[in-house]
Amino acid sequence: MSPDLSIAETEKEITAEFALFDSWDDKYEYIIDLGKKLAPLDPKYKTDDNRVRGCQSSVWLVADYKEGKLYYQADSDAMIVKGLISMLIRVLSGRPADEIIEARLDFIRDIGMTTHLAQTRSNGLLNMVKQMKHYALAYKIKDPVPSKN
Amino acid sequence: MNVSLTIPKQLDIAAIRQEFPILNREVKGRPLIYLDNAATTQKPQTVIDAIIHYYTHYNANIHRGIHTLAEEATAAFEQTRDAVKSFIGAGSREEIIFTKGTTEGINLVAYSWGRKNINAGDEIIISSMEHHSNIVPWQLLCEEKKAVLKIIPVSDSGELLLDEYEKLLGPKTRLLSIVHVSNALGTVNPVKQMIARAHAVGAVVLVDGAQSSVHLDIDVQDMDCDFFAFSAHKLYGPTGVGVLYGKRELLESMPPFQGGGEMIKEVSFQKTTYNDLPYKFEAGTPNIGDVIAFKSAIQFIQSNGKDRIRKHELDLLEYAHRELEKIPGLQIIGKAKEKVSVVSFIIQKAHPQDIGILLDNRGIAIRTGHHCAQPLMDRFCIPGTARASFAVYNTRYEIDELVKGLQRVVKILS
Repeated sequence: MSPDLSIAETEKEITAEFALFDSWDDKYEYIIDLGKKLAPLDPKYKTDDNRVRGCQSSVWLVADYKEGKLYYQADSDAMIVKGLISMLIRVLSGRPADEIIEARLDFIRDIGMTTHLAQTRSNGLLNMVKQMKHYALAYKIKDPVPSKN
Repeated sequence: MNVSLTIPKQLDIAAIRQEFPILNREVKGRPLIYLDNAATTQKPQTVIDAIIHYYTHYNANIHRGIHTLAEEATAAFEQTRDAVKSFIGAGSREEIIFTKGTTEGINLVAYSWGRKNINAGDEIIISSMEHHSNIVPWQLLCEEKKAVLKIIPVSDSGELLLDEYEKLLGPKTRLLSIVHVSNALGTVNPVKQMIARAHAVGAVVLVDGAQSSVHLDIDVQDMDCDFFAFSAHKLYGPTGVGVLYGKRELLESMPPFQGGGEMIKEVSFQKTTYNDLPYKFEAGTPNIGDVIAFKSAIQFIQSNGKDRIRKHELDLLEYAHRELEKIPGLQIIGKAKEKVSVVSFIIQKAHPQDIGILLDNRGIAIRTGHHCAQPLMDRFCIPGTARASFAVYNTRYEIDELVKGLQRVVKILS
């Protein structure tokens, strides 16, 4: 998370980083690198309940809610998906529920990763985004006026 | 005058590639290398032209109209039936039923033959290497009829354990529904021998020919199967067309699958009589244009010769096996003695999805995942594989590119 930047600013930052790459290979190498660097998820969270349904790779996502903000942790058995999650966490984690629900996430398109949002059965990125927003919505309903506990 | 009609022993692959316009396109800035032929094959220009020609010149509904267009369309549609009949060695054209694809063919048998003939306690045999479309229809039927589904296990090399098959056969066996060639492993099953054993206990046999019909010579009478289902799009033909072959006496004994136009003789509110074979099973307006174009696909295969195509594909298979095994950490899943040109593999520390995405970046199309055969993946304790499958237009050069791509995948992911 980049606490000083808004969601939109973080998205712009990522887009700018990707603009440096000439080839798809370089982009994916970078994404894989992000995946490798993602903080490992405690195996106790790798349960069926935390699984995001995607056809080909397994993705686990957990959300914590503290002082009106959501904090995400995630993992996957596929490295590119893991890199994509890492970027979603960078953009969304540590934000208030409202901002997460409203987030446009245009950076996915801007860095050329739209194919991972396509309605094929092969990837779970779309489901991952949905799941992150669902968590935000759930906490918003549970805690309509964010408490500072 | 001496006229020699020698057919060259080898195919001119470069010339064949010219017949497939899609092979000229680029993906991610590189020439397309299409190695997902077991999912669907590309189409030669003759097939594409046949579809365009139909809609441009004689689009009409078939069998009913008396005008010229309807006559032309009906004639072309029925010519495909004749072409299919000879392509699979059926005894008569009435035994050829057009469907949407293999899945619909299997479901037709499950609903029509199955509901009439399967009773509580009856046994249906399938195998561990079936596609979901040859599992789920039988599960539904067994649930409805309180029948029992029995499964032939698979060896580590990806072959059916025939001794175990023998043990499953018995007086309660009503049906064997078996895949001819595994889509995930490429294994060719000894169906002729298995059919004879099933018939010996009085069972009916359906063969899922979705993967075999493009690679192997099919002679349904020699094989002696009772039903044979396959799809046009896996043999260079259009999507949305399939064939169900059934022995005439069986088809005649079966109730219709769907009701509607075309399949009836006379309709009154008191009683409806059904049309003769094959129309009894072809309710509604069929996929006329694609069925007509399917004939061009059959002609494409026949003009090149299945034996010559198979020789080329087996050369690619052998080459791919040899070259892929040089990649560190790569393991081929499915090493049956009899295979078609399908190679499934896994690579240590590389998820199949990552392999697929990174190869796509280099313009190489393969299939990754469980290949709609989850029970088979469970058998090998893997979530899925990467699969390269070769067709007549593929080359050793493309396999070299695949190997180079995979070497890079290994490097990036490790």
